[in-house]
Parts: sequence; structure tokens; C-alpha cells
Amino acid sequence: MREITFGQIADEVAKLTKACSSLTPSCKRAMGCALERERNANAVFALEMLAENARVAEANGLPVCQDTGMSVVFVKLGQDVHITGGLLTDAVDEGVRRGYRDNGYRASVLDPVTRINTRDNTPAVTHVTLVEGDKMELTFLPKGFGSENMSRLYMLTPSAGMEGVKSCILEAVRLAGSNPCPPMVIGVGIGGTAEKAMLLAKEQLLREVGAPSEDSTLAELEREMLSKINALGIGAQGFGGDTTAIGVHIAKYPTHISALPVAINVQCNAVRLAHTVI
Amino acid sequence: MQYKRISAPFDKAELAGLSAGDRVLLNGIIYTARDAGHKRMYDAINSGGALPISLEGQGIYYVGACFDLSGKPISAGPTTAMRMDKYAPTLYDNGIGASIGKGDRSKEVYDAIVRNGAVYLCAIGGAGAVYAHAIKRSSLVAFEELGTEAMYKFEVQDFPLIVAIDSKGNSVF
Repeated sequence: MREITFGQIADEVAKLTKACSSLTPSCKRAMGCALERERNANAVFALEMLAENARVAEANGLPVCQDTGMSVVFVKLGQDVHITGGLLTDAVDEGVRRGYRDNGYRASVLDPVTRINTRDNTPAVTHVTLVEGDKMELTFLPKGFGSENMSRLYMLTPSAGMEGVKSCILEAVRLAGSNPCPPMVIGVGIGGTAEKAMLLAKEQLLREVGAPSEDSTLAELEREMLSKINALGIGAQGFGGDTTAIGVHIAKYPTHISALPVAINVQCNAVRLAHTVI
Repeated sequence: MQYKRISAPFDKAELAGLSAGDRVLLNGIIYTARDAGHKRMYDAINSGGALPISLEGQGIYYVGACFDLSGKPISAGPTTAMRMDKYAPTLYDNGIGASIGKGDRSKEVYDAIVRNGAVYLCAIGGAGAVYAHAIKRSSLVAFEELGTEAMYKFEVQDFPLIVAIDSKGNSVF
């Protein structure tokens, strides 16, 4: 049994929030490739400005995007860890509270009924998975809602088959259109229950942009869907052009004999992520 | 492509000369409003209440910025305009010259733009740091209790935008 304190967790989460001030290396690479191959003049304007923005943000330590998101924190908790000094979720919230305040990140979280802002971007959405060992892995995903709002869940029935799955993915992207700040990354979860499919879709946003699935069937599906999505011609910012998505990441989980859930979680062009192990 | 320079508050005769796809550098004064601020203004107009500013010729920027501890904007890109589509026709009909956001608009907004000889300008979503650099001064105007959704006045210099819907209803989408 190893002890990890409330304070350690809060300190690490506060550091992770700095992810809001840079793009991940794989996102920068993918956006660079999109700019190189783009032929639509308006889309080039958008992609050049985004490249310039990434440079300005990093050089000056500024938030890449003013939507510093709702904080989604994935915790892989070794089952030989004993947390002392308070609750894990409270420690995560304390880190978010401090990190957002000290870095001037936007407080975007409010009560959905009263619409009164909590003023410190808490609570975070914390997902905990128990794993072997005595360590704690933390992954921080500041999730903007221009893209989150475009996410969808389809509860297909088995007769729809894989053709139905493909139609859902394409429809979700088409309906998202110019809203989620394309070029986007599309996370897809196939199977499980309704909430399992959604979580699986979100977890795919943690992958390196464009890195193929280890499952060869899914990797092939990812390639096919990326090509079909880019053929939609939505393009950067919805201005038209060659790149609507820079990645399609798909995962699956066993499901019920009656079901074929398909969840689509949309990520904008600003992929921001940070990871640490305590 | 060359940038055209335009200034805010807007002159509708000048807006009539803009075409969808034009790159513009905006200079002058604009006001911020997002979902909650729009609801406040919309409700005020419909109930005969007071507005925090005169809307005539104004540019309304759909943004909730990040500010550093000294109150300086450090990231200020556009938010999704579609969420303001319910309110935007009323604001256009009450005098605004331009809204500034990202993403396409509803038919009702296109109609309101044409009816009023106004425009819709797009900022690039995700370019918050670039836009913050182009804000020279910022001050709180109204709705302080809304937090990040309060209305701010921004003085902008060479704020890079694209004309997304022109006064004739042509669009880049």
C-alpha cells in the first residue's frame, strides 16, 4: 500500500491545466499537413491563422483558445494506492480551481438549471478506472463545447449493421458542419451500453491525432471514414476545402444481442492534453 | 489576398461595399455578448426595457474571453454563432451593423442581414491568442454578474476577419 495525498493530487492537476496553452505535437503535425495540402483559399486563410495562433500562444504562454473547456480528468488508480487527506474528486477539483485561477483560464462551468456560473470552472468531470499497482495516472482534457455540443449517440438495432454505423458517423459530422471548429478529430465508440459507448468515444480523443487503431478492422474503418468525411467538403471553419477532419479514432466494446450503439464525440482543431503519473 | 480596412462602429454604406470572402482588418470599438448576454438584450427589447448600449451601427462579438489576473484579455477567439441565431435577427433589426462569430447561420439570420444591409463577419475559431493580441483596451460595460458572459467593450486594432455573409446574403459557407 502506497499513500498519495490530497495535496499531491491537487498540485499535479493544477500543473496539468497548463495544457490549455499549447497544442499537442500530433495535433500541430496534423494541422501542418492540412495546411500543406489545402487548395481552398478561405480554408488556407483559416489554417494559416491557426498555425500563427499556436506559435503566439506557446511563445507567450497564452491560452490557445478562450474556451479552456470543462475539465475532463481520467484517473487510472492503482488499487494498491491509499488516498489520504480527502476525496479524490475533491482533490481534482482543487487542482482545476487553482490552475484555472492562476493562469487566467476561463471559468465556463455553471448550474444547468439556474445558469449560475460556479466562477472557478469546477466541478471537473472525473472518470476513475482501477488498475493494478501503486501508482496514479492522471490525464487532463480541457474540452471545449463548440465541439462537445456536436456530439451524438445513436442506438441502432443490429439489422443496421456496419453500413448503419458508417452512416451515423457521416451524418453526425455533416450535421456538425461549421460549428465545432473544423478540422476536427472524431472519436467513435461502437458497442457497450449508451453511456459506455459515449465514454469510449471520448477516450479516443486522448489518442495521438491520426494514430491508427491497433485493431486492423477498426484501422481500416478509420481510414475509410476519414476519406469519406473529408469528401464532405466542410473544410477548415466550414469554409470548404480538403480537410474536414484530421483524425477518426474508433474503438469497440462488446454489446447486447439487441443493440448496436454508436457514439460520436467531436474534438475541435485545438487538441490540448496533458498526462502525468504520481 | 489583400485585406480591406474597416472601422467600427459601422457605416452601412461601407458595409455595402464588402463581399463574402473579403479579408478585413477591423479597427475601432466592438462589444462582446454570448448566450446569456443575448438573452438579456433580447428580453429587454421585447419588454421595452433599457439596453446597456445603443445598438446603432455596433459590432457584437460573440466571445467570452480569458483575462489574466490584471484584467487583460489573453485569449479571445469567437464562439459558435449558431447559438445566437434565436436572438440575432432582433439585434439586427435594432441597428447592429455586424455580428462577429464562427460557423454558419440560420436562414432567419441571413434574411435579417439582407433586410438591414448588415453583415456577418467570421473570426477564426481556435485563434484566441492572435485575437487577444489585437485587443488594445478592454472594459466591463454590463451584466457583470454573468461572469465570463458579461458584456465588455473592446478597442481593437487590425483585428483579422473574413466577410462570411455580405449585405446581399452571399456567403462563404
